Amino acid sequence: MKTVYMDNNATTRTAPEVVEAMAPFFSELYGNPSSMHMFGGQVGKHVAAARERVAALIGANPDEIVFTSCGTESDNAAIMGTLHSYPEKKHIVISRVEHPAVLNVAHQLQARGYRITELGVNDKGQLDLVELRTVLSADTALVSIMSANNETGVLFPLEKISAICKERGVPFHTDAVQSVGKIPIDLRRSTIDLLSLSGHKLHAPKGIGALYIRKGTKFAPFVVGGHQEGGRRGGTENVPYIVGLGKAAEFAMNNMAEENGRVRELRDRMESELMARIPNTMINGDPEQRLPNTCSLSFEYVEGESILMLLSDEGICASSGSACTSGSLQPSHVLRAMGVPFTAAHGSIRLSLSIYNTEEDIQHVIQTLPPIIERLRNISPFWQDYLDGKPLSPFLSGSDSEHHVH
Amino acid sequence: MWDYTAKVKDHFLNPRNVGEVENPDGIGEIGSLACGDALRLTFRLDDSKRIEEIKFKTFGCASAIASSSALTELAKGMTLEEAGKISNQDLADFLGGLPEEKMHCSVMGKEALDAAIANYRGEPLAKEDFEIVCKCFGITDREIERVARENNLTTIDQVTDYTKAGGGCQMCHPKIEAILQSVSGKTPAEPAENRLPPGKKLSNLQKIRLIEETLEREILPPIRSDGGDLELIDIDGSKVFVALRGTCSFCPQSGFTLKHFVEAKLREFVSPEIEVEEVKS
Repeated sequence: MKTVYMDNNATTRTAPEVVEAMAPFFSELYGNPSSMHMFGGQVGKHVAAARERVAALIGANPDEIVFTSCGTESDNAAIMGTLHSYPEKKHIVISRVEHPAVLNVAHQLQARGYRITELGVNDKGQLDLVELRTVLSADTALVSIMSANNETGVLFPLEKISAICKERGVPFHTDAVQSVGKIPIDLRRSTIDLLSLSGHKLHAPKGIGALYIRKGTKFAPFVVGGHQEGGRRGGTENVPYIVGLGKAAEFAMNNMAEENGRVRELRDRMESELMARIPNTMINGDPEQRLPNTCSLSFEYVEGESILMLLSDEGICASSGSACTSGSLQPSHVLRAMGVPFTAAHGSIRLSLSIYNTEEDIQHVIQTLPPIIERLRNISPFWQDYLDGKPLSPFLSGSDSEHHVH
Repeated sequence: MWDYTAKVKDHFLNPRNVGEVENPDGIGEIGSLACGDALRLTFRLDDSKRIEEIKFKTFGCASAIASSSALTELAKGMTLEEAGKISNQDLADFLGGLPEEKMHCSVMGKEALDAAIANYRGEPLAKEDFEIVCKCFGITDREIERVARENNLTTIDQVTDYTKAGGGCQMCHPKIEAILQSVSGKTPAEPAENRLPPGKKLSNLQKIRLIEETLEREILPPIRSDGGDLELIDIDGSKVFVALRGTCSFCPQSGFTLKHFVEAKLREFVSPEIEVEEVKS
């Protein structure tokens, strides 16, 4: 059975040209770029070339790029590296919908005495910039707000946020793990101070990322060791993976137009077909301001994990924000922050496309998902109740103790 | 990725007895849409009072649907006495086992059957007598105790896996621990004041230090992880004065937290006479 992979926000396939570009660095060009001998030193120029390509993808200067092991490390380094540079400041501003690589760092810092402000989002997943202005103070060390949300694809207005932070002299970091490679980013025309990116979201392998640090930004190294990366990140350079990331950056630049053209169109059409064929379905997040590849839908009265398992049986790979799939017992913190109604919070599915998805792929989803939802609605007590027009009861809302509050 | 047995997958993909019995003799509804799991069970008895027809409708994951299907297969043909004896472990065993984190699905199955039988007998499920321990998921102390006893649970994680209690804000963890200890027959740890030799008292300095330690170790971490904070203002004899900070300062549950969490913890670790009062500044 053919796999229809619609979970690209979770991870992407490593492009064959990337694998090919990496191969010589395992078997022949395996030297350490910092070595004195020619054998090692020659590898250095390949690392430099990769750095230039990553920089070009985001409109940065090559010496503003620090290679890391992953997006999570980049996020950790950006936050901790800034806090250590301003030890007297104890306030950090983030959003409620950040990825755990930012959110949990913030929560840990809170337990150690830092003051954290989590900006809320509205029902479309958007921030209130007036609120941001109000919470900034002389004690604020950093604002960290993501570029694109991994669950809904919603895009935050980075330039406006950045301008507010610049006005108040507060460093601004953005976790751009989901947006780099999918939408154009030009840091030359921006005031963003720090930016995280992750290789495996743009067809490079897992285990490589980068942190952009604008020239002049105060930064205390997080992974401390040797003098690699201009003293900003210790550790022997992961040469094959850096080369892979460089190739993937080039791949992304070449495919950017198609990602925002053909792939966006596939997503739009798949989404509108599903909305037309499945009643009581809603889009989660701002449909105007979002990534071109992400489709987050909630289906009322059915549960996410069971939808995913039935999709998986048909070869379709997706993910969900339901309680059963979130790793905790509550639905995703992003859907909760958006105030998604309880009839739909557990029935969310995320489909995220890539350049490798085809018309056949979306047709398979369009044919397969509606009968799955119908099948699960026939098993659910709430669908028939809804059709019969039964009023709101504790069995629905959990508002009494017998039926469990939430 | 859950490691489901072939039987769980089968009962999920081909559930038995889906539907609602017409003019049922008993109806049981457990869980809610808001909660993420819900089961409506209906049955009809034959002339010899055996379950002739039993059907289910479930909103939930593969484990929930499979557990409901298993339940109906097991209960069909049984008398109500026999059916009432089916345990959640029986359901899990029938399915060849469930992942630990999904055991609460089997508990939901058993509770729905109990509710349907009680409904047939005209017995109300007297929840008013019992105290809600876990506010996030609405779980009572009786339920935790019963599930802990029936399944020999010893840790808070297990209680969360089997009932969901403690899986949200975690403020109820001390109470769950106390219930577990009473089930296993162990006595809870004595507060420091009661562990002194007779005639001895804690000095003011010792009491202040113990209160500060207990705040740092037991009380502040969960409060802070929710964005709240407490500031210790003063201690006068057994009265502890604190000010609410952060998200605590506008949280409607703050009174509950002060009494049932902060005061309870201080009474547990320092002295049973401690009273906590809020200072508004």
